[in-house]
Amino acid sequence: MEVFWIKAIIVLVIFGLSLVVAMYSTWAERKVAGYMQDRPGPNRAGWGGLLQPLADAGKMFFKEDFIPLQANKWLFIAGPCLAMLTALMSSSVVPFGDTIKIGEHEIQVQGIEVNIGILWVFGVVSLGVYGVMVGGWASNNKFSLLGAIRAASQNISYELAMGLSLIAIIMLTGSLSVRDIVLSQHGAAWNLFYQPLGFIIFLVCAFAECNRTPFDLPECEAELVGGYHTEYSSMKLGFYLFAEYINMFVSSCVISALYFGGFNYPFMDKVAEALGSDATGHNIATAIGFGVFFAKALFFVFFFMWVRWTLPRFRYDQLMNLGWKNLIPLAILNVITTGIGILLDIRWFSWVAMIAIVIIAVAQSAMKPKSARGILEAAPSR
Amino acid sequence: MQLTNRAKKIDKSEMTLAERMYLPAIAGGMAITLKHFFKKKPTINYPEQKRYLGPVFRGHHILKKDEEGRERCTACGLCAVACPAEAISMVAAERKEGEEHKYREEKYAAVYEINMLRCIFCGFCEEACPKQAIYLRHDEFVPVFMNRDEVIYGKDKLVEDMNHRYLREGWK
Amino acid sequence: MQNQILYVWYLLTAVTILAALLVVLAKNPIHSVLSLVVTFFCLSAHYVLLNAQFLAVVNIIVYAGAIMVLFLFVIMFLNLREYTEETKSNFAKLGAAVVGGVTLVAIIAALKKVQYPMPMRYDVRTGFVETLGEVLFRDYLLPFELVTVLFFVAMVGAVMLGKREKGERHF
Repeated sequence: MEVFWIKAIIVLVIFGLSLVVAMYSTWAERKVAGYMQDRPGPNRAGWGGLLQPLADAGKMFFKEDFIPLQANKWLFIAGPCLAMLTALMSSSVVPFGDTIKIGEHEIQVQGIEVNIGILWVFGVVSLGVYGVMVGGWASNNKFSLLGAIRAASQNISYELAMGLSLIAIIMLTGSLSVRDIVLSQHGAAWNLFYQPLGFIIFLVCAFAECNRTPFDLPECEAELVGGYHTEYSSMKLGFYLFAEYINMFVSSCVISALYFGGFNYPFMDKVAEALGSDATGHNIATAIGFGVFFAKALFFVFFFMWVRWTLPRFRYDQLMNLGWKNLIPLAILNVITTGIGILLDIRWFSWVAMIAIVIIAVAQSAMKPKSARGILEAAPSR
Repeated sequence: MQLTNRAKKIDKSEMTLAERMYLPAIAGGMAITLKHFFKKKPTINYPEQKRYLGPVFRGHHILKKDEEGRERCTACGLCAVACPAEAISMVAAERKEGEEHKYREEKYAAVYEINMLRCIFCGFCEEACPKQAIYLRHDEFVPVFMNRDEVIYGKDKLVEDMNHRYLREGWK
Repeated sequence: MQNQILYVWYLLTAVTILAALLVVLAKNPIHSVLSLVVTFFCLSAHYVLLNAQFLAVVNIIVYAGAIMVLFLFVIMFLNLREYTEETKSNFAKLGAAVVGGVTLVAIIAALKKVQYPMPMRYDVRTGFVETLGEVLFRDYLLPFELVTVLFFVAMVGAVMLGKREKGERHF
């Protein structure tokens, strides 16, 4: 029974943590945007604008909650609920840390440990599109519908490449459990060093799955007014935006667990040895691992924002071409090279594909005639 | 026809693989944004910090007093005549016995009003004044109105406070 | 514990049947699709009760996550406001009833013949990925590979159908 309560506390902490991180992501997003555009960002509510999320939430709650007359009322309400539900479900299998020792029990710092963990994340992410689609259709608005359809086709397209890049990792580890994948990257043997191409593909697909810039076409305000949430107001809109930030945090966690070693860090064995193997030492080592994991995840949250405030949006045909014609063949190439590597028992074999691409790219750039190089060239002055 | 030498020639030849991958260009762009991330921000946090507007800025009007604290204005009306927006109006009065410490000349403005909705802050009143009585401060704005009653500024808001005298650079 | 699982099973089955009925009875096609998604979820939950998490998640990914999204996708494009029940003729209704009835009879007849072999022993690992993989790649390798070929042919056919012919209008 004791174990049950500790587990319940861990689950609640993870739940609360993802909510708080999502809340402060909205603040961080605006702060990062400000800093990258040479301005200080929100700084009025509280010190450094730290109370800004509360102010925003207050505003959202007190705004008029409007449901369009011709909208399908129940589905209109169900949309944001679904978005929020699927966003919160996916963090349950992410291993946030090693184990805690209490008495004779050893409890994993994780929502649930299932043997198909990564597929769970994948399945829940693929359901995330329902929130957007249902909301967009129920609004009875052309722009919302177009946004919803864009979201759906984008998610389906990028799921394939994402799954294929995942398969390479699963082949390396031989397990679908996220905890096993993390444990196999003990120390500094992170998957990033064995799967560079897979990491790039996964990262791009994660951006597309989260509907973040440069793939935020479902809410492209230049073409679609507001995209799928054009008709939404008040806290329903808030839920949609909030779900996006939760998704962002969860995918950051997944990226750091799959490719950046999760709670592993270099020289962790020496740290664990210095702390001793009794319960307290073990728990402190787990806490350090948790901190490391969290730092990695937050770095990727920052990375998401960094990209958002750097890159412009793709055009829709470019998006589809990238997904179907570039990322999927590359991901298959990655799977094949990884497979050859496993056959030959060389773990880093998928670097071959990466290096080959780089060499071809460099050679082609070098072979291009000098006069044509450089996109912009000053005309000769008179 | 070439008007300037700033025109750029665009290379429309086929992109190389490195260019088509976008990744080098994306890395370059991200380096630029990261550089800006750590730059010093030029923002001035307005209500706490104020930018110096320069010695010739024309802001809030002030009716100056002389060194002994007597009002300089004699209600001659030249400022009202000069005013292109017809924002200034005044009522003249004669100085009584025993009021010599309040008004410098024998005639003074009993009422002096500026309609701030009309005023265009051109500074012609300042130029027209023969007694150096009216000035437009360089260090203070006319605040925002919340109400129509606040629009007309009377002597209570315009006359100089002897405890906080308004001095321009070069007067001291 | 056994009883609790039984109650969960009863609840899940009730929801499954309700949702499946809604798929057929709902007037709005969107509601039909969404209840079908709910049905798939309940089926996945049944898989979980049988300790076959892999099947459960794959069911969600493939059916609820991909195929139903495509269904929804297509139905959203239809103009539902002008959709009416009366467009179906009596002949079509009669045909549907006959086909449905025959199918029902066939299923009942088939089920009557079936004998339920009691499992000799209950293996917890039956539904695990490893077991499934061994069954697929050892015992049923040839059918599995044949299915792959079938999918490949279907894919090529889809590409051929979807491909733009020369001189066709660009949208």
